[in-house]
Amino acid sequence: MSRAGRFAPLILLVLLLAGLVWRLATPADTNVSSKLEGKAVPAFTLPPALPSKLALASADLATGKPRIVNVFASWCVPCITEVHVLQDLRSKGVTIDGIAVRDTPEDLADFLARNGDPYERIGSDAQSRVQIALGSSGVPESFVIDGRGIIRYQHIGPIAASDVPMILWKVEQAR
Amino acid sequence: MRLLLILFGLIVAQPLLADSNLPPAYWANRQLPDVRQEAKAEGLMEELRCLVCQGQSIADSDAELAGDMRDLVRRRIAAGEKPAAVRAWLVQRYGSWISYKPTAEPATWPLWLAPVALLAIGGLLIRRRIRTRAQG
Repeated sequence: MSRAGRFAPLILLVLLLAGLVWRLATPADTNVSSKLEGKAVPAFTLPPALPSKLALASADLATGKPRIVNVFASWCVPCITEVHVLQDLRSKGVTIDGIAVRDTPEDLADFLARNGDPYERIGSDAQSRVQIALGSSGVPESFVIDGRGIIRYQHIGPIAASDVPMILWKVEQAR
Repeated sequence: MRLLLILFGLIVAQPLLADSNLPPAYWANRQLPDVRQEAKAEGLMEELRCLVCQGQSIADSDAELAGDMRDLVRRRIAAGEKPAAVRAWLVQRYGSWISYKPTAEPATWPLWLAPVALLAIGGLLIRRRIRTRAQG
């Protein structure tokens, strides 16, 4: 066997180890993004999540003005911090609708009383059906939807205070 | 002592509540009355990836979202939809990531070709070895 050939297994091992170390140091992105960006919101109708709130249907999203649809839940911890950022967005003129996933009216009313209510409409998605139809894989997630009901942007995870300018820009783009 | 207390605290700590208070969806953990439909649904559920416990199929996962997806699959199969159509509906939303069934996209060509290539390399190695042995 040639000299170079003798070292081939060692080189392969080093390459393998280097690959493993690299992936450990920079883990792959485990977010699953929706493939519906750029497409119309799938048709749905949800019952109101609270007797005092308006229900949400896909027809309510194509009103000629961009809106944000926030997929959230009262049992979701990051949603508590996010809801304050949503209040801020609302005060800056953004219309926000909510899809409450697997929620009860009592828990939701308590959540909104405690943390504030930035939502114009809230639909109740008891079996995550609309969440799945939107290609969303968890809470919280937000979708920027333009006036014709086309999904322009999907935000995975909570919208942080530092994301506000970017979100406002996305909403402006959807105008 | 303090360290021990902290360790004990870690052992008895409750995981963060990340589940809702609602019961599982109706068809999440219930078989369809029609055996053939259930077999179809089961086959599909084993090939769909859970969005929460990535690496498990929705048939294996205890995540709530996996339960809701099983409910969705069983409902659609019971309504007469073909498993391929349900899979396509989900792929439209989550990409081919959601399906464990390998596709023939260009990105997977190396995977399909790898066994053939490895067999060919193995064959070459054996041939060389037999030759050198015959000469020696």
